[in-house]
Amino acid sequence: MSGILRVANVSKEYPRSGMALRDVSFEMQKGEFVFLVGHSGAGKSTLLKLLTMAERPTTGEVRVSGYSSFSIKPREIPHLRRRLGVVFQDFRLLPDRTAEQNVAFALEVTGTSNAQIGPKVARLLTQVGLASRATAYPHELSGGEQQRVAIARALANDPFLLLADEPTGNLDDRATHAIYLLLREINARGTSVLMATHDVAMIQRAGMRCLELDHGQLVFDGTDIGTLVANMRGRRG
Amino acid sequence: MRLALREVALAFRRAPLLAILGVVTIGFSLFAFGLFGLVALNIRTALREVEDRVEIRAFLVEGARDAQVDELMQRMQKNPAVANVGYVSPDSALQRARAELEEFRDVMDGAFLPGSVELRLKDGMRDPATVADLSRRLQTYPVVEEVRYGREWVEKLYRIRNIAALVGTVLGGVFALVAVIIIGSTIRMAILARTREIEIMRLVGATNMFVRLPYLLDGALKGLLGGVLAVAMSWGTATVLAQSLMQTQFFDTTQMMLGIAAGGVLGLLGSWVSVGRHLRQVWRD
Repeated sequence: MSGILRVANVSKEYPRSGMALRDVSFEMQKGEFVFLVGHSGAGKSTLLKLLTMAERPTTGEVRVSGYSSFSIKPREIPHLRRRLGVVFQDFRLLPDRTAEQNVAFALEVTGTSNAQIGPKVARLLTQVGLASRATAYPHELSGGEQQRVAIARALANDPFLLLADEPTGNLDDRATHAIYLLLREINARGTSVLMATHDVAMIQRAGMRCLELDHGQLVFDGTDIGTLVANMRGRRG
Repeated sequence: MRLALREVALAFRRAPLLAILGVVTIGFSLFAFGLFGLVALNIRTALREVEDRVEIRAFLVEGARDAQVDELMQRMQKNPAVANVGYVSPDSALQRARAELEEFRDVMDGAFLPGSVELRLKDGMRDPATVADLSRRLQTYPVVEEVRYGREWVEKLYRIRNIAALVGTVLGGVFALVAVIIIGSTIRMAILARTREIEIMRLVGATNMFVRLPYLLDGALKGLLGGVLAVAMSWGTATVLAQSLMQTQFFDTTQMMLGIAAGGVLGLLGSWVSVGRHLRQVWRD
């Protein structure tokens, strides 16, 4: 086990909305599956933006895959992003492209040769269980299916870490569970996963390491889900 | 690169009206510029023809001796601004006057016209300062009675040319700016229409240049097409003018190529500025 991600004393302040993160520190090991919980506005999305280096911390350091937020150069950021997969609550698919074209897009724009794109897209769609819907457009797919396409796209460049920002937020229980199982399977193949969610039932069932953010502070980091849930209920009052 | 070209083709196909609008507006900006260029070109040609005729005439005192006249002519010949020096004797002056002013022939019987020395100037030496300087020098010779060179005329010509150059520079600058702004805003619209695509490109790790290239090519191509359109419209205008009004001169091949290239450069400049500004809005790194 080695550290692939280190967040050290990170604070992020926005000029208008103030402090989004306060002195957050944690590490993630290779192959880990970690939940990130907290009510909306707690700083989850801000933290994920810092991890993709879309934004830099106001103070403190983010280290991902050997790149430091102190020293990363703008032209290095695309190379970091190719090593990260990101999925969102709203899927962010291109509506005028089919499922396979959406996945291929991630390969095209990173300079993969045409000969490699076809087979790779087919393999990715099979992995997420959507091989039969390859030529469907996003509006022809259910929410769960769209999220699978987004996950296939996120995996296109073989990331070592998958960042999922409330990937099941728009899905019903069945689809939520299926996506969770898919992410577990991806994790079992060696990709680390950091999944933001506020689905308490899911984290209770999973019983894995959780990070909890509250008003920008990291208030919980551990596997004792009982305590975590009790804390969360207590705060909600 | 191939992908970028495909994106450009796609951009033209997706929003043909917008693309045509962009090309046409650039075409018109450059056309206005081109029209002015044509005016300038023709003024310059006309000026050159007129300039060729600039000469200084020194009328000699009555009874000037040959030796004095020879000395004056030799001195003048040595002046670096002077192309050649000619002598018009009193007799030939009278003959010339009779031939040119036939209706006054009677008046001229027994009349006396002074002899004169005529100076033609070299190219580039016909500016008002040189002409005035030479006339002053001529005036110092005792054998010279009076010097004429159409002073006001020469000065006026030069003033026209200077004003033309100034107006050209200012108008050219304004039109270039307009072209850059137009291209910039068509690119801006294209970028805003594809915010989501760009966001995803950045997210999955497309390089900055990869994201920019299609827009830069798009701008450059629109600029080039606008340049071609402008040359075509200028040519049309010049042809119509030549048929109906007067003989005009058109740009040579090099000048036309320069015009088209200028369109390309303006297009590239506009898209560069716009892409830089709007990509930052779409995704901050």
